[in-house]
Amino acid sequence: MAHPKRKTSKQRRNKRRTHYKATVPTTIATCQNCGATVLYHRVCPECGYYRGKLAIEKEVTA
Amino acid sequence: MRHRKRFNHLSRKSAHRKALFANMAASLILNKRIRTTTAKAKALRMFIEPLITKSKKDSTHSRRVVFSYIRNKYAVTELFREISPKITERPGGYTRILKTGNRLGDNADMCIIELVDYNENMLAAKTETKAKTTRRRRVGKKKSTEPVTETLTADVSVDEIPEVSDETRDEEKTDTVATSEEPGTGIVEDEIKESAEEVKEEIEETDPTPEPPKKSDKK
Repeated sequence: MAHPKRKTSKQRRNKRRTHYKATVPTTIATCQNCGATVLYHRVCPECGYYRGKLAIEKEVTA
Repeated sequence: MRHRKRFNHLSRKSAHRKALFANMAASLILNKRIRTTTAKAKALRMFIEPLITKSKKDSTHSRRVVFSYIRNKYAVTELFREISPKITERPGGYTRILKTGNRLGDNADMCIIELVDYNENMLAAKTETKAKTTRRRRVGKKKSTEPVTETLTADVSVDEIPEVSDETRDEEKTDTVATSEEPGTGIVEDEIKESAEEVKEEIEETDPTPEPPKKSDKK
């Protein structure tokens, strides 16, 4: 079986990892009730409102 | 072969899956609202909605059929005694799934599944916003033409102040061009032109004394 001849150097490892990036989700909206940033189709985690209506009391979501 | 077995198996054998649904259905009926993953909630919806429909007819047979799925006598009693009177008007769609983001730990897509007729807040909000709303497009057209004339008269009143330079007149010309390009009725356009001409005459009457050299430059 084939094996690595050399241990991967720190430089090589780090250069590979420069492409590991987090992406910002594009489907972001602001809550109609409290103005917090929420994802589309999600209940607002801050106030429990969904599409301008009170969906869930706060203690239930927590 | 798995041809046309297009439902979520939830990584379980059929007996395991049925037991899962029975437990979740009993919990949902007794608590009216449970917190679970979105995949399970959607699968549960397909399981429990036919049973709730079944509960609309309270007979020994339908009770036994429902019990064979849910296997919890307290849940069956609750379903037939408390829930079924509430949902007689509703033609299906007894449950609501509200997504609540991802779970810490395994990043699972979480949601809350609830019985629609037990969410007091949503029901209250719906009765409030029951007012009739028209979705016709052409309703607002007449109103859109009226403000144009109003703003134009306002402009005239502003321009009638004696101190009007050439610059303002140029601006006014561009304004009239812009308004005439807008889709409006011919009458309104004529009114705009007439009033604009009047304004120009007034300006010419008032202008020459304060700034004669500029005007000659323009010509």
